[in-house]
Amino acid sequence: MNSVSQLDQVKTGPWNGGRSPWSVEYGKIMMWFFLLSDAFTFSSLLIYYGAQRFSKLTWPDPDLVFQSIPGIKDTGAPLVFVGIMTFILIMSSVTMVLAVEAGHRRAKKEVIWWMVATIIGGFMFLGCQALEWTHLHHEGFWWGQIPSAEELKHLFTGDVSLVAAQQFANLFFTITGFHGFHVFSGVVINIIILIMTINGTFERRGHYLMVEKVGLYWHFVDLVWVFVFTFFYLV
Amino acid sequence: MSEHHAHTEGHEEHAGLSKGKIWQVFGILLLITVIEFIVALWVLPNGYMSHSIGNFVYIALTLVKAFYIVAYFMHLKYEKLGLQLSLTVSFIFIMYFIVLMLIEGGFLNLHMMSH
Repeated sequence: MNSVSQLDQVKTGPWNGGRSPWSVEYGKIMMWFFLLSDAFTFSSLLIYYGAQRFSKLTWPDPDLVFQSIPGIKDTGAPLVFVGIMTFILIMSSVTMVLAVEAGHRRAKKEVIWWMVATIIGGFMFLGCQALEWTHLHHEGFWWGQIPSAEELKHLFTGDVSLVAAQQFANLFFTITGFHGFHVFSGVVINIIILIMTINGTFERRGHYLMVEKVGLYWHFVDLVWVFVFTFFYLV
Repeated sequence: MSEHHAHTEGHEEHAGLSKGKIWQVFGILLLITVIEFIVALWVLPNGYMSHSIGNFVYIALTLVKAFYIVAYFMHLKYEKLGLQLSLTVSFIFIMYFIVLMLIEGGFLNLHMMSH
């Protein structure tokens, strides 16, 4: 009698069904899964880059390759421009998280302004990247294309290796290009969410969960940049 | 209905990230980046640290930055343990793979030098 009633008892644990065990909304979990798969893609590129770089005897010195600030200084300022880019992206991550915070309070106006700030940050980053690419292209780097051995002497601290320079050029444009493509699609998605916010879609829906989801994507893009920055410009 | 339920349930935990905390995390991220710059522009050129140790410092600082972005900005710190584990374990495997391939690259380097 007693045991039967125990069997009949409704189980209430998180994994007994009838509820979301992680208590995360469906779309948010799917965003996490997408980001995980995206992390695999990015890590495959960075793994190849790292393995190449460690296997080569010499490699272009980042302090020598990246030492210009477009429009201000041509040489002698290593890491400054990429530092500005990193600052812009971290800053836009902060405005994004402030938009999410405003969304929790359902403060429509604040969400709009923080989203606008995030989009501006995204465009600024893309502009900086375009300048960076133009600069490297003018020096003679492109996919399958490197400057002459004579010019390369100024970019290496040790012996010049044409193979290493070519690997560097291909991987730099592929990895920062793939990341820039992510930033670009992030800006497009942010603009869509901004329009939906202005139209009051989330106000009617009663929650700003969509802002959180694009926020996750945007922070991921920032996260990837942190790694790209370390492996290309610092190491 | 269940979606709404999950949503309201989640909301109680969302209270964790206030504006003050956001700016605090921003300050930490900025500080770490500044430290990286000091290492790159002052410590290494003046020879206070060897380049291989410098690389370790860079990667360690990058991982700290990654932790703050994922934990606070991406809100993972306030999610359920199950979700935290399933994501972090995958990320740890990715990092393990990166380290493996760097060791492999280092071996190739040695091999090339001896020929």
